[in-house]
Amino acid sequence: MNAASATSAVGVAPPSALGWRGLVADWSSDQQAFVKVSWGKAMMWIFLLSDTFVFSCFLTGYMTVRTGSPVAWPNPSEVFALNVGGRPLPLLLIAIMTFVLITSSGTMAMAVNCAYRRDRINAATLMIITAGLGETFVGMQAFEWTKLILEGVRPWSNPMGAAQFGASFFMITGFHGLHVTIGVIYLLVVATRLLRGRYEQRANYQIVEVAGLYWHFVDLVWVFIFALFYLW
Amino acid sequence: MESTPASHSQQHPISLYLKVWGALFVLSTLSYLVDYFGLHGLLRWGLIIALMLAKAGLIVAVFMHMAWERLALASAILLPPLALLVLVALMAIEADQMLVVRQLFFR
Repeated sequence: MNAASATSAVGVAPPSALGWRGLVADWSSDQQAFVKVSWGKAMMWIFLLSDTFVFSCFLTGYMTVRTGSPVAWPNPSEVFALNVGGRPLPLLLIAIMTFVLITSSGTMAMAVNCAYRRDRINAATLMIITAGLGETFVGMQAFEWTKLILEGVRPWSNPMGAAQFGASFFMITGFHGLHVTIGVIYLLVVATRLLRGRYEQRANYQIVEVAGLYWHFVDLVWVFIFALFYLW
Repeated sequence: MESTPASHSQQHPISLYLKVWGALFVLSTLSYLVDYFGLHGLLRWGLIIALMLAKAGLIVAVFMHMAWERLALASAILLPPLALLVLVALMAIEADQMLVVRQLFFR
């Protein structure tokens, strides 16, 4: 799967034009559709597309049970408030979690940049920092889960309101947390391989960008969960 | 990049990433403030959705480099999720109907 074989395979209509003409040429010339995109990156994007549908099904299901319930939904600003100095601050922990995840996305973007400059020590360091921030996020999520479980929230009932709250909360944040955890492991594996110089022989550091795509996606999903679950 | 066959590598200045990072911080703070000041109604919803889409757009376009990918890849990835709008619309109708039935018969 490389660009050389793709361009030499077709004699007619060189798919060099960009924009809409490029789109039509890329899809219609009996050839590889994603020109100059490695299989790794194309497959990661397609996986992320399928994951988008999974998360969307969860969020749509949540919307359905929330609007369909005649019992009042627990108010997220109160349920997820933290007491600081005897005063409840709404959504404080969730806001901190959001900033941690955005920061980890920033360090990941810089890791990709370093990798393409073949600065593998800095790339690996930034990836390990990213993984550390991701782990911090999961830790705060575990704290939040513990707090809610101690307050009596269960997937089938809770003391604050509509019974569907627990199922939606544990399902959506749990599935997202699982993604973060897998991402942390994935990043650490790639960072270790970077440090060992595994990608140096082929001088191809695109794997860092592909790992970055997954990580940014985890951040992207959190943007939607934050807006639709916590701010609604 | 002389010996990277499969990639026209995504090289962009660090300053761009830092700007987007800062923008995401500001947008997140704004969406947090929407809740903090307890805005309600259409204003709350408009702001939440607008800030959410702005953040998502920045992440996909810059951090995930979609702005520099060819249109063939971008449309293959970004167009299919639009089908979800149909699902959301159908389920919203279904949920409203469920609510009415429950209020009528399960008081």
